Formats: sequence, C-alpha cells, structure tokens
Amino acid sequence: MMISLFGSFESGIIYALMALGVYLSFRVLDFPDLTVDGSFVTGAAVAALMIINGYSPLTATLAAVIAGFLAGCITGVLHTKGKINPLLSGILMMIALYSINLRIMGRPNIPLLNEETIFSKLTAFWQNLGLDSVFNPILGIFGATQLPRTWAVLIVMIFVTFTIKFLTDYFLKTETGLAIRATGDNKRMIRSFSANTDWLIILGIGISNAMVALSGSLIAQHGGFADVGMGIGMIIIGLASVIIGEALFGAKTIARATLAVIGGAIIYRIAVTFALRVDFLEAGDMKVITAVIVIAALVAPKILESRRDKKRRLRKREELTKRLAFENESGGVKSSAAP
Amino acid sequence: MLHLKNVSITFNEGTPDEKKALQNINVELKKGDFLTVIGSNGAGKSTMMNSISGSLITDVGDIEINGKNVTHMPEYKRAAFIGRVFQDPMAGTAPSMTIEENLAMAFSRNKKRTLKLGVNKKRRQLFKEYLETLNLGLENRINAKVGLLSGGERQALSLLMATFTEPEILLLDEHTAALDPARAELITNLTDEIVSKFNLTTLMVTHNMQQALDLGNRLVMMDSGQIILDVEGEEKQKLTIEKLLQEFQRLRGKKMESDRAVLA
Repeated sequence: MMISLFGSFESGIIYALMALGVYLSFRVLDFPDLTVDGSFVTGAAVAALMIINGYSPLTATLAAVIAGFLAGCITGVLHTKGKINPLLSGILMMIALYSINLRIMGRPNIPLLNEETIFSKLTAFWQNLGLDSVFNPILGIFGATQLPRTWAVLIVMIFVTFTIKFLTDYFLKTETGLAIRATGDNKRMIRSFSANTDWLIILGIGISNAMVALSGSLIAQHGGFADVGMGIGMIIIGLASVIIGEALFGAKTIARATLAVIGGAIIYRIAVTFALRVDFLEAGDMKVITAVIVIAALVAPKILESRRDKKRRLRKREELTKRLAFENESGGVKSSAAP
Repeated sequence: MLHLKNVSITFNEGTPDEKKALQNINVELKKGDFLTVIGSNGAGKSTMMNSISGSLITDVGDIEINGKNVTHMPEYKRAAFIGRVFQDPMAGTAPSMTIEENLAMAFSRNKKRTLKLGVNKKRRQLFKEYLETLNLGLENRINAKVGLLSGGERQALSLLMATFTEPEILLLDEHTAALDPARAELITNLTDEIVSKFNLTTLMVTHNMQQALDLGNRLVMMDSGQIILDVEGEEKQKLTIEKLLQEFQRLRGKKMESDRAVLA
C-alpha cells in the first residue's frame, strides 16, 4: 500500500506538469485545447527516439519540449488565422499528431528499459550520495515494511515541477503574461490596449503544449517506454487535476491556483490507485474511473452548494414563522397602537 | 489630428437588407478638439467610431491620425494611439484581474510588452496617484478583482485606463448610457476633467442631448449615415435642445424619433 501510494506521488508530480499546461490553456486562455492528447505522446516519442539514437537524455527532453511547443503553436494558428473553432482546431491537431507520432517513432512502441534516461542517471547519482538511507527511515515511522526503490525521482521531480510552477507564476505577472490572461478574460478589452490577441493565443497554447510534452517525455523515461496510445484521455486527466485541485485548494490567486493544480494531479493519482484496489475493477477500467472522478469533481461542489443554500433558506423561513408567531401573540397591541 | 476623408461603409451590399451606414463622411479634428456626435439609432454614429478604431474597415475613403494614413492598419496596432471607452461597463476592463493589473495592461498600450513584471513598486505608486484623481477610494483597493467593482466604478476605471497614457485620439461610445443618472453625471464630470487635463482630441457618441451640449467644443448631428449638422465654438455654446430638435426637423422634414433623446 505504502509503495503504491509512493508511486502515485511520484507519477502525480510528473503528470502535474501536464496539468499545469492544461491549466494554462483551459483556465488562463479559456481555450479548451484537445491537442494535449497528441502533444503528450509527441513529447514521449521525440524523447524516446532521440534516446535510443544515442543523444543525451537532457537534449532529448529539450527537443521534446520544443516539439510540443510547435504542435501547440499550430493549433493556435489554426484557431486564430484559420478561424476554426478552438475545440475543433485542437481535435484536428490531436488526430494529425497521432499519425505524426507514429512517423516519429517508426513503430507503435519504443522500449527504453536498458537505455540511459534522465531518471536512470539521477538515480545513479543519488545512490552514490547515499541519500535514500536518509529518507527511508521517514517511511519506516509510518510503519512501511517495503521501502521504495529510490527517492531520487520524487525529490528531483518536486524540484522540477515547482521550478516550472514558479516560472509560470512569474510569467503570468509579466507584461506579456498579463496580456495573455486578459486575452482569456476579455479579448475586446486587451485588443483596445494594443495587444495582438492572435499572437498571444498562439504563444499561450504553444507554452501549454510545451509543458505537456515535457511531462510526456518524462513519463516515458520514468515508465521505460513510449507508446503511441499513451496520450488517450490525457486532456481529461489534466482537466480532472485542474478541477479537483481548484475545488480542494482554491484558486484565488495565480500562485494558489498553480499550487492547487499540482495538488490536484497528485490527488487524482492517489484516487486512481485506491480505485484500482477495489476488487472488481481492473487496469482497463482506468478511463471510466477517470470519467467518474471528473464528473464527481464537477457535480459535487454544485450539489453541496445548493444543499447549503437550501438549508440557509429553510432556516430563514423558520425564523420568519417564529417572528410572525411572536408578533401575532403580542401583535394585538402593535396593530391597535397604529392609527 | 484626426481626418476622415470621404469615408463610406455599406452593410449587406446587393441584398434587400442593404444599409448605407456611412455615406461620404468628412470630418477633421484639430489637436484638443472635443467633438460630440448625436443622432438617432442607426444614424451611423457607432459605425463612424468603429471605422476610426479599426473594428470596421472602410469600403472607400481614408482615415488619417496625426498625418499618418491608418485606413488599413489592424485594430490592435491603431489601439497604440487610440483610447476607447465602451458603452458596456464590463467591456473596458478584465474582470478576473486586479485593479493594478488592469492599469498595468493599459500602461503597456504604447510600449512593447516584455517579460518584465507588469506591476512594480514604482508603477504601483504611479497607479495609486492616478486612482486618487478619481476620488472613488480605488487607490486603497488596488488588489481587488475588477469584477467586484460596481458599474460606475468600472466605467471610471475604464476611463482612466483609456486616457492616462495620453492617447492621440480618445473615443467615447455612449460611455455613460448604461449608468444610473448619478453615476452618469460622475463619469461625465470626470470625462470633462480628464480631457481638458491631458488636452485630448476626443470624439464622443451620445444619446443624451444635454450631455452633447455641455461637453466639447464641437457638435455634429448624424442621420442615415450622413452628417447633417456641424456646429463649432460659440455657435455651439448657444445651442439648446429645443433648437437642435427644430434644426433636425427643418433639415430632415421629420421629427426626431428617439424619445430617449427628447427625454434627456
């Protein structure tokens, strides 16, 4: 149990990068961008292909980020210059990327098991330092009998994800970032302040998919393979993370919202882990579990609120009846006093 | 400063719905001129304003701002030297962003947007000083989301955002029409104050005749896409609502239909 929880933290923090990308398109730009399903795989495919061809994992990851950025930019161009509906331009790009990803990889699946990845390098470095013996006792306190293979992935990914979170927070406060936020908030207004909204949308969707591709390339290196189908439903997982995060941790400020998204991504992973431990559910049920989690996250807050509202009204009504009853008893005096 | 030369715009040309929204409009404004534009619904006031801002491209005719031909310049580029306030108080600000962030975006109007912070200490101080001139206490709420402000406050903020970078042209599109009388008066006074402070070349569309008479040094009346009356200076000072209505009847041979205009 402890190990699978540890695993969900580990993958959650990697998927959090993808969720941050979805937050950028979906919430900040108000652009429901479905490119994500494709660009996630593009990131994985580019990184995997370069790694098996002997490039350093770092170069491969960087190339994946650039590929994702370009994919997002094309979606942006389709929408702004081609005047195609946002949803449709994302779907078109997603479909096109499926074939492109196959072309990049040359086959549907590239295993990376014996290749040098960012994580294998890190783990080796980490074990040289002997840091696991520092962290493992912590789990021991919680009564864990099995210990994780290494802490390297988790610790380094926390560092990477938070660095990107802080960069995102900063970027959204720069002059360009403010204009991107306004593009999602009130296009007409920001255009009247001399901002080229087309360009800002292209840039924003590009950055969003760069993050998604980064996440994809890291998932491939972590899991030890790139697969052409690994992106299916990714947008829903991203959305689930954003919605769960915002519902649980709030989204008052940008910094708070991005933190919530990271939290949401981890909690989503934990929820899936628990769901899969239910006897009659199996790995193939992942997608339906995701759908149910998203529906619950979308519907639950509304039900809770309307319940709260109903209670409030009921209370007010009772107060009124009580007051009226009270006035009726002593009310005879009141009405006769009035001329 | 602003020169419209033979500007015409026709909508739905060649169909039964054809509408000549602007017919051969010629207007020239000098630096510091404040022009008020009145006319009934469909007279072409908003079309004229949109052709200046670039939301609409003219069919024929040229538009020059400060000697530069901007006829084919896209809207967002023209916006570098045109300030605008819309009729809808919600239209001129970004509701989910804070007051200071909105001001920062307006501040970047005529500059390149970079990767520097939009709001820094120096700017925050500057923004506070500008907000103080509104006398609404907004300088104490710079971190409040603009969506929380009332319509009047939002419109005042829009006006400030449109003007404090001193654009070459200020376009006001019925910017008090959606407010209650007290708020409308507040915004009208602010407009007068700000326009004279920065000596802005201004074009204001209004349905409120009294406002059109009170503000500005020049007035044009439009009907069916044409300018039918153009008065300036002292002659404008002497105008009254009565005279305007009579003039309209004399020129057009019909009564002005907008009762909104008569009531005002």
